[in-house]
Amino acid sequence: MSGHSTQENRHIIPARTYIAVGVGLLLLTAVTVGVSFIHLEGWNAIAAVGIASVKALLVALIFMHLLYDKKIFLVIFSTAILFLGIFLALTMFDILSRGEIYPEYEKTIEKNAVMYKKAEPAPAAEPVEDSTSDVQ
Amino acid sequence: MSSGNSNGHPAHLAHHFSDAAQQSESAKIGMWIFLLTEILLFAGLFVAYAVYRSANTEMFYNAHKHLDIHLGTLNTIVLITSSLTMALAIRSIQLNDRKKSIKLLAATFALAAVFLIVKYFEYSHKFDLGQLPGKFYTYTGIEGSNPHIFFSVYFMMTGLHGIHVIAGMIAISWVMRKTIQGKLSSEYYTPMELTGLYWHLVDMIWIFLFPLLYLIG
Amino acid sequence: MNKIPEVNYLNASRGIRSWLFTLDHKRIGLLYLFSIMAAFALGGIFAILIRLELLGPGKDIMEARTYNQIFTLHGAVMIFLFIIPSIPAAMGNFILPQMIGAKDVAFPRLNLLSWWIYIFGAVFAVISMSTGSVDTGWTFYTPYSTTTSTSVVAMTLGVFILGFSSIFTGLNFIVTIHKMRAPGQTWFKLPLFVWGLYATAIIQVLATPVLGITVLLLILERVAGIGIFDPAMGGDPVLFQHFFWFYSHPAVYIMILPGMGIISELISAFSQKRIFGYKAIAFSSLAIAFISFLVWGHHMFVSGQSQLASAIFSFLTFLVGIPSGIKIFNWLATLYKGKIRFDTPMLYALSFLFLFTIGGLTGMFLGTLATDVHLHDTYFVVAHFHYVMVGGTVMAFFGGLHYWWPKFWGRMYNELWAKISIAFTFVGFNITFLSQFVLGAKGMPRRYYSYLDKFQPLHDLSSFGSWIMAIGFFIMAVYLIHAVFKGRPAGDNPWGALTFEWETTSPPPKENFIETPTLTHGPYDYDKIVPERTI
Repeated sequence: MSGHSTQENRHIIPARTYIAVGVGLLLLTAVTVGVSFIHLEGWNAIAAVGIASVKALLVALIFMHLLYDKKIFLVIFSTAILFLGIFLALTMFDILSRGEIYPEYEKTIEKNAVMYKKAEPAPAAEPVEDSTSDVQ
Repeated sequence: MSSGNSNGHPAHLAHHFSDAAQQSESAKIGMWIFLLTEILLFAGLFVAYAVYRSANTEMFYNAHKHLDIHLGTLNTIVLITSSLTMALAIRSIQLNDRKKSIKLLAATFALAAVFLIVKYFEYSHKFDLGQLPGKFYTYTGIEGSNPHIFFSVYFMMTGLHGIHVIAGMIAISWVMRKTIQGKLSSEYYTPMELTGLYWHLVDMIWIFLFPLLYLIG
Repeated sequence: MNKIPEVNYLNASRGIRSWLFTLDHKRIGLLYLFSIMAAFALGGIFAILIRLELLGPGKDIMEARTYNQIFTLHGAVMIFLFIIPSIPAAMGNFILPQMIGAKDVAFPRLNLLSWWIYIFGAVFAVISMSTGSVDTGWTFYTPYSTTTSTSVVAMTLGVFILGFSSIFTGLNFIVTIHKMRAPGQTWFKLPLFVWGLYATAIIQVLATPVLGITVLLLILERVAGIGIFDPAMGGDPVLFQHFFWFYSHPAVYIMILPGMGIISELISAFSQKRIFGYKAIAFSSLAIAFISFLVWGHHMFVSGQSQLASAIFSFLTFLVGIPSGIKIFNWLATLYKGKIRFDTPMLYALSFLFLFTIGGLTGMFLGTLATDVHLHDTYFVVAHFHYVMVGGTVMAFFGGLHYWWPKFWGRMYNELWAKISIAFTFVGFNITFLSQFVLGAKGMPRRYYSYLDKFQPLHDLSSFGSWIMAIGFFIMAVYLIHAVFKGRPAGDNPWGALTFEWETTSPPPKENFIETPTLTHGPYDYDKIVPERTI
């Protein structure tokens, strides 16, 4: 073998590392399924996304070689995550703060939007009265 | 004209690159940028998910119970295993073990097929019950307003992901063919490496879809 | 006397197939150039039709419905088919590899594919025109776009496809700039046009996928009724606006950043002076690219968005002024005590400075939450973005076109006619759109078919200006085409500029340089070298 010949940055990771990561991912899957059955109020969602993030990070760093490869790839990947975060954060900020100054903004548009009502209301037989059940 | 020329360049080196390292690294940067665009494509759906879940917390909880957690978990296991076999396939070609690499690629392909078959059964069950997106929703057993929104989000997310699985299978069979033809070796395996990156991303997206859709606590 | 080199990329191979399936970035750049100029002409015709209809209140030459379709087509064609691919895909394609001393872009096949996808997407847009067109405005806001009877699906499918073309160009440029630079061409020796293209490409790959998913959801909403933007089904139509502007605000910078790059080249070359604040200009491009993703909510101040979010978006919007100001002041500082030559490209650059500043400053009015509530959706907005897009990007585009035209063809255009043309364009443009600022401030809403009688004088003035502008563009088309066939040979470096593309012949050979060039001087070393003008 000619070492660093043609394909640059040839870092060959031992098979057992891959298998360990694979087993780790499966274990984390078991954990996340288990946790979902325990009632933790709002923490369920955080636990679910947190565990998923750890799993995704394992895939990215080991399976996708981000840990060993040139840093540029890590930069590109992080950029994607950063802008996904910006998109999510600013949109959610609007959605969650609609009632802060004028409470009527928080109501879903459905209730006030008679003009948008279709001739045949979608699934429910009788017109849905309460569409603001989803406060917060 | 296009690729491969006389003055001592290997067949896989295109004329406008000065050496193979430059070429393979360019390809990898290109692939990573492509993955970035994929992440931002799914970002839209994740945002839609967050917006509608925050607006319909109860309904999302009620509706998610109608997804089969066993099949979801099975598919997660399947996809994680396929990611592992893909990583090992690339390792084998790095060690110039073509036969093993082909076997591992075949395993990856088969696992992807299993994923789609399981998905097919899940989908057809929902079709039968009328748990469909938007105006096609006819099921009546879910409490809360607008349960069709949950299924709109569910079908868009898993549907777009499913399309990516199919694209991944096409890519895997393409590199498998190349490997069988002997075009890939430890000297040059960029196509397999890129396919691997893509496949891992498909896996990664599912890693998020699974808890967000099946495991709303 | 200059001579056209005997072998160059134009005559390296012959026949229509050697153009349509070429992998040469220069030919692909020209394919793009022809396509976008066709789109520009089409969009321009729509613009003239809009202005004709608005000569008087009520019906003049078309029905209200037709008018709605025409202004939608004007917007959609100009934005998606002309201005987004204009500078990067046409001029960037031609010039970028030469500026960094490369033989080609990193992925020539992807480059060709991107042009074919562009044509394919354009076909869908044309189909939508022939099947009744779209009357939603280029923004496709729900719920109107999901309920109107016009062919929204064909148009948005076209937009979806065009997005791929844009992504591929951006991806290609990022990799090219990272990996294909000639020996000695370090990051801080890159011409600023390359920095502009780099920042643009970053936005293209980050934002365009979101447009893709947005129009995909819109199509699903229309075709399959998934209901996520439909308030009657519990969906949120304002969410569509979030989605749309997460792409379309950064897209505004896809349009302007490469233009700013061209201006940096022109100002330095025609002042024969080192660019002032090189790093500040380079990094301000990246800063604009980043900030562009934080401000999209300023399009939604009156949409029902949370006021708190509006206030934050308003604040963030003002941040854009910082890097934009940095650029303007650095360009002005470059001009100071320079040996300024008033060749046509420089006239375009100076027009840019003047018009873009007006466009930028009126943007501040609109970014201010309270003033925007008054000015929102009036002609003030129309005038503002035309000052930025036409006064900014299109001026930069034509500046670049005149600057590199001799590089494209090896021949010069007629300088006198060029100056006559820009005089018409500049005067016509200002007449057209200054009057629209006044109209908007007085309360004339945009996109309206009819208006109060008191607005008629200003509307007529605006229409009159549009004819003058059209004359300017027509003259330009004539002398530029004439130059391709009959212009006198320009020589390798007609302007005496220092960037890499002037080191090769005009027109360049097939692989740009006879042998891999090595960088011996920076792109703006006018204090060390006085290059000779070959014309």
